[in-house]
Amino acid sequence: MSQATLAIKRISGHAGPAPGEGVERDYQVCKLVDTTTCIGCKACEVACLEWNGYEFTDTVFDNSYQTMPETTWKYWNLIKFNEHENSDGTISLLMRKDQCMHCADPGCLAACPADGAIVQYTNGIVDFQQQNCIGCGYCVSGCPFDIPKFNPATKKMFKCTLCVDRVSEGLEPACIKSCPTGCLHFGTKEDMTDLAEKRATQLRENFGFEKAGVYDPAGVGGTGVIYVLHDATNPEAYGGLPKDPHIPWVVKFWKGPAKWIGNLAMLGGILRVTVHYLRFGPKIVDGSKHENGGQP
Amino acid sequence: MELSRRTFLKSALVGGAGISLLGFDLTPAVAQLKELKIARATETRSTCPYCSVSCGVLIYTIGDKAKNVTPQVIHVEGDPDHPINRGTLCPKGASLEQDILNPRRLLKPQVRRPGSDHWEDIAWAQAIDEIAHRVKKTRDDTFIEKDPLGRTVNRCESMAWIGGCTDTNEFNYLVVKTMRSLGLTYIENQARV
Repeated sequence: MSQATLAIKRISGHAGPAPGEGVERDYQVCKLVDTTTCIGCKACEVACLEWNGYEFTDTVFDNSYQTMPETTWKYWNLIKFNEHENSDGTISLLMRKDQCMHCADPGCLAACPADGAIVQYTNGIVDFQQQNCIGCGYCVSGCPFDIPKFNPATKKMFKCTLCVDRVSEGLEPACIKSCPTGCLHFGTKEDMTDLAEKRATQLRENFGFEKAGVYDPAGVGGTGVIYVLHDATNPEAYGGLPKDPHIPWVVKFWKGPAKWIGNLAMLGGILRVTVHYLRFGPKIVDGSKHENGGQP
Repeated sequence: MELSRRTFLKSALVGGAGISLLGFDLTPAVAQLKELKIARATETRSTCPYCSVSCGVLIYTIGDKAKNVTPQVIHVEGDPDHPINRGTLCPKGASLEQDILNPRRLLKPQVRRPGSDHWEDIAWAQAIDEIAHRVKKTRDDTFIEKDPLGRTVNRCESMAWIGGCTDTNEFNYLVVKTMRSLGLTYIENQARV
């Protein structure tokens, strides 16, 4: 393991600012998934396993082409298949590459109590640092996309790293490279947003998908993985993509106001003890109570 | 108030401890990154053996080809310079590493005799000998010198040659030379899409 080559702009459970906070790097990396040209071949799934060195796991048949119902701690990238019934009674087989969304405002990082277990690099990648992870699983409750997964053997959490080892060396993620139809793209957030908007416009104007649009939810500050959808008004049809993902209010309250309330309560306690001491002085031991050796 | 050396040290220590308790951490925050596992590995260009599309692949092996190193495959991915796939691969191609590093991979010649229900091992020398004998015998038995109209054709219709997508141009050149010289007319290649 080498030292980091990427500056960090956010650290979980960390007092004080992160070294890279406020640093504007010249680019944010982003994956673009064009669901309209995905053929569900799963080359990205295989490339992900191959690069990250996980063995092929048993597939779970669920009456669809989907490899398994959900991503697992060693299966970070899953094509979700959905036979969606359109309003005119026809069926669309919708496919969506499900993986960590690398939110700009990550809920997992907000919820994590362990110092440095989840970090966000200045290029936008949200990464788990397993050596600092305490395996509490709070990140699961913070994530609106249900991505962090628990490894019961090592008691650590795992998820897609956006191939940070490749990206930090100037390569593209393994999944992006493998995609044979070219439905996956990788580049700066700016370029990808631009490309996505162009594709959505094309779908609306030339292909009759009037509701086509880009999925880049503002509720989590935008994501490092954006989608082009045939029907952007109904992202749930794409394997349960939340329409308006937010960090749960419980996590927000607990990591925001609750902390201050707790600090205030502690300070108040100390203040009260001090005031009591000044007002009433130290407690004087009443000798009469100890006549029978302190026993009541 | 006079500040003695002892009081100064004491207050500095207590103050410092207090500050660090309040959350001023001066240790630099670094995150450990996984190193690029192919950083100094040897990169070899090859061709995916599966289908006729013949995608280019990069095979990464440990070591830098130094004399004392036994190279072993650690990663396979698409070749971005290859005009056919430009770095992409299908799920089967993306799993090539498991094809190479596989306990069930066939590493030696095997033969299934006529009427037999199982494969048996055969030595390379014997296999080549047997093939040569059969080719000779088949050709001798079935060689057609003249067609029914009496035209000289010199062909051997009872044998065929099938090549694969991993065959190089040079190999295919030799194949055609050899097979045509035997009189073969059925020469085909899987990569002829």
